Amino acid sequence: MANQKTIAETGNVLVAQAMRQCKPDVMAAYPITPQTTIVEEFAKYVAQGRCHTEYVTVESEHSAMSACVGASAAGARVMTATCSQGLALMWEELYIAAGMRLPIVMANANRALSAPINIHCDHSDAMGARDAGWIMLFAETAQEAYDNTIMSVRIAEHSDVLLPVMTCLDGFITTHSVDRADIFDDDTVAEFVGEYVPAYALLDTDNPSSHGNFSGLGGPYFEFKKQQRLAIDASMAVIKSVGAEFSELSGRPFDVVEGWGMEDAEVVIVVIGSSAGNVRHVARGLRAQGIKAGVLKIRVFRPFPAAEVAAALVGVKAIAVMDRSESFGAEGGPLYLEVRSALYDSSERLPVVDYIYGLGGSDVRLELIERVYSDLADIASGSMAPFGMTYLGTR
Amino acid sequence: MKWDISNMSEWTVEDFPHAAIIPESGNSDDYNVGGWRSERPYRDDEVCTHCMLCWIFCPDTAVVVKDEKVVDFDLAHCKGCGICANECPTNPKFGKSAIEMVPEGCELPGVK
Ligand code: SF4
Ligand code: SF4
Repeated sequence: MANQKTIAETGNVLVAQAMRQCKPDVMAAYPITPQTTIVEEFAKYVAQGRCHTEYVTVESEHSAMSACVGASAAGARVMTATCSQGLALMWEELYIAAGMRLPIVMANANRALSAPINIHCDHSDAMGARDAGWIMLFAETAQEAYDNTIMSVRIAEHSDVLLPVMTCLDGFITTHSVDRADIFDDDTVAEFVGEYVPAYALLDTDNPSSHGNFSGLGGPYFEFKKQQRLAIDASMAVIKSVGAEFSELSGRPFDVVEGWGMEDAEVVIVVIGSSAGNVRHVARGLRAQGIKAGVLKIRVFRPFPAAEVAAALVGVKAIAVMDRSESFGAEGGPLYLEVRSALYDSSERLPVVDYIYGLGGSDVRLELIERVYSDLADIASGSMAPFGMTYLGTR
Repeated sequence: MKWDISNMSEWTVEDFPHAAIIPESGNSDDYNVGGWRSERPYRDDEVCTHCMLCWIFCPDTAVVVKDEKVVDFDLAHCKGCGICANECPTNPKFGKSAIEMVPEGCELPGVK
């Protein structure tokens, strides 16, 4: 285990610190609440000469991701950060970054999408980009946001992967709360992430290459998409091995799905992000009353750990998925659709229900989580029929 | 070594360099990329002074020069942008410039 220092900082400062320690060559970013303090903090490090990064101030997120794409194709280690409307404005470049197989690392400070205008936390921004071809990690805490950022560099740049990684943390809840975290010294991180050696780089004039090409009329577009699919599938093993190596270094456990009380759980909540802490708190209380409550936290959403989710839920009696985003018109939120699909091949038919919660930063009070577990107990006992999807805590 | 793409039509997912990257320079030499041209430049050799302005300005290096004389346009690479015709100076002796853009497929002498 490496030496670490315990500090108290906001999630955003910890992400900025992690980014600095990973020594990006280029950062191109546009500020947007609640991501702003990441890029502000990072700009300060550049101004102080604490990193060699070329900091590109751009006029929009569309330009930010465009600059990242260009810099990454040039052969640089590239990072950025955004959220909400900013991520939405990057939409076309998100697909381009993934399609060009550029290992860009981006922090996303999960925030609701307009309208109505709202600056608070939900996962609509990231979930809207879930099919863009990015690897997506979610942090529960500031510590996880710091850890995920460092791991992202290794995952993105791995030769079996070469895909961009979005590392998500909950807007305000995680980005702006001061939290306890253990951080490495700069050398440890530098050694862990290593140097980025691009396979093809525009600036490698001895080996000229052309990037972002037209695949031709009737050309092999389909084949390139399959390459992308193979790469993101292969990333699961890379995420696990990088995670294991990181765990060794940090002493903190890492898994693509992290269970609590799952050994003998009967009623389980599947959750992503900061709410996992509250859910665990409630589950712990229920355990004291003899209720076999469990929590399954999803830390990696893309690639979706379907096999791991299905394996973790074997023997459970009732499952609730908590979705902090909508997929309007679908059977439920994005996480619900994934979890239900993951369970389809299970030999047992498990009742799974979906709770849309916390949109636009709507409070996730403990009573609400208790209500979910109590519904699950009723579903498990047969006194309540599974109801599909519902909104949790609306007035 | 030249990147061998001779049997690209047989390639499978594993054979393509990732992300449609072309791992060498200048290979558009091998392709006809002038297929969507709607007009082509027509140069009147009598009017041309071989000043080389068209050669300098052509963005596709499609003006073919031999022994310091403009001899042809490389129609596999000319996009028909008309920059050469625009830059070609008026020859006072003829009261016109040497390059004129003509519609693709027309039957002007020496254009076909
Ligand atoms: S610019 Fe006109 S005159 Fe000059 S070389 Fe070209 S065709 Fe001839
Ligand atoms: S039309 Fe354009 S591309 Fe063609 S020769 Fe003239 S300048 Fe070059």
